[in-house]
Formats: sequence, structure tokens, C-alpha cells
Amino acid sequence: MITYIIRRLFAAIVLLFIVSAATFAIFYLVPRLVGATPETLATRYVGRAATPETVGLIAHKLGFYDPIWVQYGRWVKAIFVGADYNIGTSVEHCPAPCFGYSFITHQPVWPDLLNRIPVTLSLAVGAAVLWVFFGVSTGVLSALRRGSLLDRTAMSFSLAGVSLPIFFTGMVGLLVFSYKLQWTAPGGTYTPFTENPGKWFYALLLPWCVLAVQFSAQYARLTRAGMLETLGEDYIRTARAKGLRERDVNVRHGLRAALTPLLTIFGLDFGLLIGGAVLTEAVFSLPGLGKYAYDAITNNDLPKVLGVTMMAAFFVVVANLIVDLLYAVVDPRVRLG
Amino acid sequence: MIRKTRVLVAATAVLALGLTAACGGGDDDSTTNTSAAKPEFNAAMTKVYNPSDKKGGTIRLANSGDWDTLDPGETYYGYSWNFLRLYGRSLLTYKVEPGAAGNELTPDLAEGLGVPSDAGKTWTYKIRSGIKYEDGTVIKSADVKYAVLRSIDKETFPNGPAYFEQFLNLPAGYKGPYKSKGVNTDSAITTPDDTTIVFHLKVPFGGFDYLAALSQTVPVPEAKDTGANYKQHVVSSGPYMFDQNNLGKDFSLKRNPNWDAATDPIRKALPDRYEVSLNVNADDIDNRLLSGDLDIDVVGTGVQPAALGRVVGDPALKAESDNPVLARLWYTSINGTVAPLDNINCRKAIEYAADRTGYQTAYGGPLAGGDIATTLMPPLIPGYQKFDLYPAGADNTGDTAKAKEALTACGHPDGFETNIAYRAERPKEKATAESLQQSLARVGIKLTLKPYPQGDYFSAYAGNPPFVKANKIGLNTNGWGADWNDGFGFLSQIVDSRVIRETGGSSNTSVRDPDVDKMLDAAIAETDTAKREAMWGPIDKKVMEDAYILPGVYAKSLLIRPKKLTNVFISQAYNMYDYAALGVA
Amino acid sequence: MSGPFLELKNLKISFPTDDGVVHSVDGLSFSLERGKTLGIVGESGSGKSVTSLGILGLHNKRNADVSGEIWLDGDELIRAEPERVRKLRGNKMAMIFQDPLSSMHPYYSVGHQIVEAYRVHHNVSKKVARKHAIDMLGKVGIPQPDRRVDDYPHQFSGGMRQRAMIAMALVNDPQLLIADEPTTALDVTVQAQILDLMHKLQEEFNSALIIITHDLGVVAELADDVLVMYGGKCIEYGTASTIFERPEHPYTWGLLGSMPRIDRPNLDRLVPIPGLPPSLINLPSGCAFHPRCAYEPRTAGLGKTVAPELVPAGGSKHLVRCHLPTEERQRIWLEEVKPKLEAQ
Repeated sequence: MITYIIRRLFAAIVLLFIVSAATFAIFYLVPRLVGATPETLATRYVGRAATPETVGLIAHKLGFYDPIWVQYGRWVKAIFVGADYNIGTSVEHCPAPCFGYSFITHQPVWPDLLNRIPVTLSLAVGAAVLWVFFGVSTGVLSALRRGSLLDRTAMSFSLAGVSLPIFFTGMVGLLVFSYKLQWTAPGGTYTPFTENPGKWFYALLLPWCVLAVQFSAQYARLTRAGMLETLGEDYIRTARAKGLRERDVNVRHGLRAALTPLLTIFGLDFGLLIGGAVLTEAVFSLPGLGKYAYDAITNNDLPKVLGVTMMAAFFVVVANLIVDLLYAVVDPRVRLG
Repeated sequence: MIRKTRVLVAATAVLALGLTAACGGGDDDSTTNTSAAKPEFNAAMTKVYNPSDKKGGTIRLANSGDWDTLDPGETYYGYSWNFLRLYGRSLLTYKVEPGAAGNELTPDLAEGLGVPSDAGKTWTYKIRSGIKYEDGTVIKSADVKYAVLRSIDKETFPNGPAYFEQFLNLPAGYKGPYKSKGVNTDSAITTPDDTTIVFHLKVPFGGFDYLAALSQTVPVPEAKDTGANYKQHVVSSGPYMFDQNNLGKDFSLKRNPNWDAATDPIRKALPDRYEVSLNVNADDIDNRLLSGDLDIDVVGTGVQPAALGRVVGDPALKAESDNPVLARLWYTSINGTVAPLDNINCRKAIEYAADRTGYQTAYGGPLAGGDIATTLMPPLIPGYQKFDLYPAGADNTGDTAKAKEALTACGHPDGFETNIAYRAERPKEKATAESLQQSLARVGIKLTLKPYPQGDYFSAYAGNPPFVKANKIGLNTNGWGADWNDGFGFLSQIVDSRVIRETGGSSNTSVRDPDVDKMLDAAIAETDTAKREAMWGPIDKKVMEDAYILPGVYAKSLLIRPKKLTNVFISQAYNMYDYAALGVA
Repeated sequence: MSGPFLELKNLKISFPTDDGVVHSVDGLSFSLERGKTLGIVGESGSGKSVTSLGILGLHNKRNADVSGEIWLDGDELIRAEPERVRKLRGNKMAMIFQDPLSSMHPYYSVGHQIVEAYRVHHNVSKKVARKHAIDMLGKVGIPQPDRRVDDYPHQFSGGMRQRAMIAMALVNDPQLLIADEPTTALDVTVQAQILDLMHKLQEEFNSALIIITHDLGVVAELADDVLVMYGGKCIEYGTASTIFERPEHPYTWGLLGSMPRIDRPNLDRLVPIPGLPPSLINLPSGCAFHPRCAYEPRTAGLGKTVAPELVPAGGSKHLVRCHLPTEERQRIWLEEVKPKLEAQ
């Protein structure tokens, strides 16, 4: 087991390198294909009145004149040993892990990332609790009462939930619940949990529900399908033949087996969500990783883009690993490695 | 994809708003108006809306993006300059008064306006004594000198205005106080005593007071300067200081205990706190303004298309909005380097044939787009002269007859073909290009649309002369807003041929007239304000006679008036609500 | 205790489907005493498994129509309260299934599943139940049961797994045990062991045993009585010796002919019954077997038109469902079929 984990982590690190190199390449090589020079790249990071001298200064400061592998090497090195950054009046040392400084705000990226993880985590965890609970229970009930009115209604709602995009449900949710009815918080009012748990909860309530609606729809359908398939298995028949109560058959034998594939899907969904619930965070103006990524990409701010991409990739990789480990725990037939 | 997301968000917001408007109605909105005044469309344009001297309360503002920077030495947006007056005092500032007075300069840190000498090459200011920073230290003229000098370091502060390095007589190769430590800069700025500061220019510049009003003259204590990190905590010289500052997320201002109202005739400083949220969804901001959950959209460029439809369509909501004209012109450059536009008559044909109403519609119509422009300078700019060299007919759709005459005169009676460039991410510019394509086609001028990314639009495409010639970019959409409302601020960057570089990057892509350059130089040097203002109009007219620019609209924006604030009025200097005046009801 | 221990009277089980009604079991009647073994034989689709599930009450009322009577030790099961039947299931009557790997839950250890079976019907602690489970595993011949009790089903070999399954079925000392194809998924050598085990346990517990199989060899080993099913009906019933020595139904003859036997001289070719099992939705008219019956022409058209009744035949408690007269059938057996079988 330990060797397996170590091997996976090693593979993860390799993957992170590849992802970062690819991001670097896209950022620098693609504009070069359409004839960009270090100066034209640098014009994005200077003001409206920049003289050619200023553009050259900035191109130099941001390292655009160096070959790509030098720039990449510098970035990687900074992660392991840190880097120095000239803020004008002094030279600041950015300790490892240093993910560079934003091209636009000239502030270090790593503290930003750390700052934003709790927000995205709050959003993801809260929504996950809701959607797993509602999605799975709806799916189970639908499967058990297959074909009934309950089943049909639940599946129709979930079809809607899966089909409606989050920026629609989010905006409508805000309009109806926050502005008209004043039941939930307006957008952009996130307060950290450590500052005020009550306000934190209030601000996240609507985003949780909106996000959960979308996912629980999916999970209801998946659970229903999984349950129906599992309930057709031979061991369910055996369980009944032993005289077990129907409830125990459904939960202890049926649901238990039906949930394992859902586990994989949940792990992946959750990992991806932490990497960037971009649309949800944009609609509700939550200062999380997703919004960070959105703003960074819109502003062509490479260090931020790299930082958030690394973070997202890391979470996805970790989520994958945990899911695989859990699978081995849950299903004794699975052997790791 | 990101752009598309915004459009999609807007589109679904329209749908959503339409749905809820159908089943809601706007009654709630007007009842949350807690002020005593009666709401009326444009009520805050020329007079103070809901006047009051009541102190206390918190003003809530939101920004749909990030603040460009809170550092007074580098910030380059009108809304930021407007807001800065709360935590910084520059030498001069604009009067905190509605109407035309709002465009006038008035001394803030200084005791009076600048005193020119040496035919406008030297400007002297006397600073009020006893003004203190938030920590109690007294502000000296050396602080102002330091603030100006540090703003010259464009490696540390690349985004700020570059006027000071352009005009001040700095030592050669001066890179700012961090890199050129100890270099004697007395050739540019001298401080004979703690309350006097003298600026020495390379050339005479009659409008230097406008530079003195820039935020770069807000004093910075050298001992507390942290360069690129100074924006984490700007030391306040104004009535408010920073309480919390979470860069990229939000910040708040609280009262500066060391601000002395006796030294400040401009500000009433009524509220106790300001709270600003950053990176808030733009449509969400509009919704919150309408419901009263937010007071000000701090960027002040107007509502999103979704809310626009809602406000315009509902008289109750419209009564709670204001429609200021901006000091901004949307126009199209006509490039004389691309045949047959080297012939002035071909250019005039375009001026006559263009459908002005179509141009206005492309930008959003008379309310949100702007007023049809016939000159370069918007009416706001002092010295504006009204004229119309190419009348477009009673309905403003263009004069095709005159256009055809001009075409014949330039040797292309049946028209010609050329390309029109526009910024791909701007739907209004695309709509403009399409509108021109249609209206010019009436006289046989065929346009091919060429979108380019806005990031390097000027450096690599439309503003790059070799590219323009090689790709036959006869027309390109353009736009310009002055850094301050005077002829220099407005015209110099867009009609001076000397700003055009072969390597690209200038906003002026088409105007190349040595006579215009001479007229500009003369106006710049004129120190008599009235005389100077009278000189901009003829420059405007000359450029229009050259037909290098097709003016589109003087931009307007639609702002939602705050429901819970007092002393609300539009500042004509910033063309948005004057943030220094507001109080809480 | 009056009446047989287990008695089925005119059991009918059908399933309405989109394609039509499937008549899986069409009027089945038999009885069985404790300590006796009944072998139910037939092809796939003959209704044997459906019958056994019906006895245990495992059909979903929503998609199955069950009618008739099932008497177990004085209780009628079809009209009984489902809760009552549940209490009997796994307790008084138990079932062993064909594929022990798919019939046991892969996530729970064998011990856990046996303990579960025990604690459903006995209110004891897990410790006590576990000891019981270990005992049971030992009884079915699994070596080192105290170690293997925590193993998972996939960690057992096929034969051991089936033994574990038997242990699970027997843990509550059922009086009726139904084994549905208990050896089909096993190797031949293991088959014999399992059959021995079942025989031994039956004697020990004096349980009634129903073995469902398509393999006559298995029936020959264990059964006291044999019931042959075809098309949802019983087409021949009798003691094992009757069925093997004096069968009177052409289908049974066919089954015997297609059965490999070591004690016959020539193991050349097996003679399969021609044709395919009938569709249970659209049964052939008349005798369900008639399309495949070599002797149908001798029924003067009755085979095609009239469904035969179950009538007494030669042996004791011997019943047959065929239009041919008894003498005719016995003659055909002695003169035509039996010689061919022995010549094989």
C-alpha cells in the first residue's frame, strides 16, 4: 500500500511538471505563432500611456527576453528555493514555495492561492454535503419506487437540474431569493468563517443550494441507475432469501454496492470543483480559486494562471488518489498496484 | 470563452430579469428610497440631489473588476482619481460642486493655483501648513517632490500616466529615487522651503495646473514608502484612512483622526466608513444597486445591457437614474496611408456617406450609447466649438448625394474597396463596423471587416503603420477619453502626428498634418487659460477638414442613483457621481 | 401435523410483460415430506427456478401473478402476510443458489454474511452468532474455519464457496432446503463432494430437500422422488427408480438419452432432444411437447390440439402427462427406447 501511494505521488509530480510546462508553452508559444515579440507581449502589462522605453523595461523585468526554457527553469526553481523580487524601495524575498509575482498587481501569487483555497473549499464542501445527501436519497427512493409518480417527478426535476446552466440558476436564484425576497445574501458578500461564522454561512447558503441542485440532479440519476443495476444482482436475491427486512436488503446490500462507482465520480467531481468552480464563483462573486483563475486568464496574468492551474491539477490528482485508495478499502476485491 | 461567458451571463440575466419583471414589478425599488428628495430622471446632473449635512453611516461600493492600484503614484483611471480624494490630497483638485463648476480646478493641498513664470516653463505652488498624515506627521513639500519623482520609475510603476517625465526637466537617464538614488533632481523640482514647491519644465506648458491635479502629486512619506507594496497600505493625507485592505478582494476606509477640517474647505467628510468590494459580478452589481443593497458602482461607466433594458423600460426605475455625457469620443480613423484614402475627397466621401444614426445605434442608442458627434471634442471640453462640416441630412443617416460628388472628385465615381479594423472583443465596435459597411455600401464603398485582439490592437495592428499599409486597413474603429477635460488632454494624443511611431502603439493612427502639429504646440505653450481654450476649436476644425477622423458619438453612460445617500451629483470632471461629496441618509 | 410437510396445489406463476404474459408455472402440484429429497428436472425455462422462488415468496408482487396454494407445515404461504413469510425465509425454509460467487455480497466477509443470516432470526450478540458461523463452516467441511470466517467470497475456491453458501443456508436449521443447481458451477470432482455433503446434512437435520437441476446424474444420486417439468407443467412424476427404470414420457426418454453415463458400453454419441424449449408466452397448442415429440403422429392428432392431463402411470405414485395410452408408452419404452440407450 505504501509503495503504491509513493508511486502515485511521484507520478503526480511528473504530471504537475507536464501541466505547468504545457501552460507555459501555450502562453508563450501561441502568441509567437502569430508574430508576437517580447514587446508586444509586454504591452498588456503597462498602462495606456506607455512609451517604448517603458515597454522595454517591463519586457525585461518580466523576463520576456529570456528563452522559454530559461523562464520556465526560473519559475520551477522559485518553487523549490524561493526567489527575490525588486519592489523598488527594497528587494523582497519570496520564500519557497514561490509561484512568482503577478504581472499586473506585482504581488506574490502563493499567498493569494492560500487565501482563496478556504473559499473554494467552503463552497465545495458545503455543496457536496447537500448534493450527496439529496442526490443519493432521491436516487434511492426513485429506484425503489421505479415507475411511480415520485420517480418520474424526481427524474424530470433532475433532468432540468442537469440541463440548466449554473449561471442561469445562479442569477435567477440571486434575483428571486436575494433581491426580491431578501432571504439570502446578495453576491459578493463572502465573509471568512474565522471572522464571522454566521455571515459565512449566510453568504454561502444560496451558492451551496444552486451548486447542489446541479450536482444532486446528476447524482440522483446515477444513484438510481446504480441501484437498479445492483438490485438485479444475485446477492440481493440471496439477501432476501435469508429473510432480511426489505430495508436492510436495499441499504446494506443494495446501496452499499451501488455507491462504489459513485465514489469514483464524486472524487473526480469534488477534485475538479476545488480546482475551479469558475462559473459559480463568478456569478456569486466569491473570491475563490475559480474566480481567481477567471480573472487571471482574462488579464493574461501568467504567474497567476500557472499558480491556479498547478493548484487545480494538484487537487484533481489528490482526489484521484484518494478515490483509488478508498475504492480498495470499500471493495475487498480490488487490489492496488 | 471568457467573453462568451460574459455575453451568456448577460443574455440569461436578460431572460431572468424579463421573467421576474413580468411577475414582479418595480414597486419595491422606489419604496427603499430612504431619502427625502423626489426621484427624477437626471435629477443629479446639474444640482445636488438630496442635500444634507448629516454625519455618519457607511457607504458601500463595488467594483466589477480589480482596482487598477490604490497607489496614487500609479493609478490611471478616472474613478480611482475620483475616489482617491478620500484618502489623498493632491496639490490641486476639481471643485466638489455640480454643474460646470465641477470642471474647475481648485487648490487642495496647495493654497492656490499654480503661479507660472519664465513664460510657462516654471510653476510654483505654496502648500498649506499644518496638514498631517494619518500618523500625525506633518506634510512637507519634499513629500510632494518625492511622490512625483517615484512615479517616474516606470519599471516599478509601469501603469501610471507619463506626463511628468514628459514635461519635467529631469536629469538625463533619471530612473526614479529607487534606482537613481542620490541623483540631484533640482533641475526638475525644487523645494525652497517646507511649504513651497517649484516645477521646472523642458518646454512651456500652459496647462500645468492639470498635471498638479493628478494623483501623482499626492504626498508620500519617504520613510514609509515600500515601492510596489505601498498600495498595501497607502498613508493617508485625506479625511479617511485605510482600515482593512485585502488586495483583490475588498478594502475599507475609516476616519483619519489627523485630518483637520479647518485645512480642508473642499470636503465635508460626512460618512464614517467606506466599504469597497472588488471583483463583483457586474450584473450582480446592477441588481444590488436597484434593490438598494449597494450604493455605488465605483467604476462609474454605467449599467450592463441587462439592467439598461430594465431601467429604460420602467419609468419608476428611470427616475432613479442619471445619464451623464462623458468626455469621450467614439470615432473611426480614416488612414491616409492606404489608397485611395490618400486623396482627401475619398476621405470626405466617407464622412458624408456614413450613417450617423446607425453609428449611434451600434453604441447603444441615444441613452446608453451617446449623442451624435460632429466634432472631435465633446461639448464638455472647455473651448468646444460646435460645427458640422459634413451634414448628414435631416435624419442623420448621411448625405449620399454629396458623398457621390466627393467620390467623383477623387476619381472613384463608383466607389472603392478597403478594410475596416475593429477590436474583436467589443461588440459595439463590431456593430459599428457593420453599420458603416452597410451605409458606405450605398455609394459603392465596400468594406471588409477585420477583427483584431484588443490587447495589441494599437501596438500590432491598427496602430502599427507598416501593418496598416501592408493589410490595407483603410478604416479602424477607435475611441478616446481625455485624462482631464481640456483640449490638450483630449486632442494631443489623437491628432499630433508626432506620437505616431513606426513600431506602433499610439491611439492616433491617421492624423498626419504638420499644420495641426504647429497649432498644438502654440496652444500648449499658451499660459492664459482663456486664450488657450479658444485655440482648441480651430485645431478640431482643421482635423475635421482633413477628414482624417469620422466622429461617431460623444459617449454617455446610464448610472443608477444611490437610494440611501445624500449630496448626490454628477461631477463634470469625472462624469460620474462625485465620491468626495457623498453622505449617508 | 396432518398432511405432507410441503404441499403445492395448482401453483400458477405468470409474468405480464410487454410481449405478452409469460406462463412460467402452469398448475404445478406436488408434496414432500421431511427427510425426503425431491429432484425437479427440466430444461432452462421449464419453470423450475421460478417454482422454488415462488415457494420462498421471492417474487415481486408487482410483476408476478401468483395463484394456487403452497402449504408449509400447516401454513399457507401465498395468502400469508409478507412479514410472516419473511420470518420463515432463511429460517424454516432456505435456499442455496447456483453461482456462489455472484450470490454472495462481494463486500462482506463470509463470516459476516453467515452471522447476518443467523441474527435476522435469532436475537443474539455478534460474538455468539460468530461462534455459530464458525461451527457451521466446520460442519460443511471448510478447513480452519476460525481463520476463514473473515475471508471474502472471492478468496475461496469454487467448491469451498459453495460449501460456505450451504453453511449460510443451513445456519438456522431449516426444515426445508431448496438447492437450485447447486453443482452446476463446480468441477465434476467437487460436485460429488458437495452432493455428499448435502446428503449428510439432510440426514443430520432431517430436512426436506428439493434439488433443482437439469442434470439427471445429480438426481440419480440424491433424489427419492423426481418431478420432470416442461413448459411450466409437470409432465412426469414418480420415485427415482421409477423414473430411471420405467419412464413413460417421451421427454423423459429424451433426457435419459442425452445423459452421459459411464456404465454404458459405447460412449459414442449422445442423442439430444431435437428442437428448442417452447416459448412460455406462446406455448404450442395441445401438448406443449408435441413439436419435438417423435411419437406425436401416434396420438391421432390429439397431441396437436388437446392439452393432456396428468394421469396415473405404471409405477407407484407415478404420474404422466401424455396422450399415448400407458400400455403403448410402456411398450415403446421397453422395445424401442431402452435398447437404444443400452446400446449407446
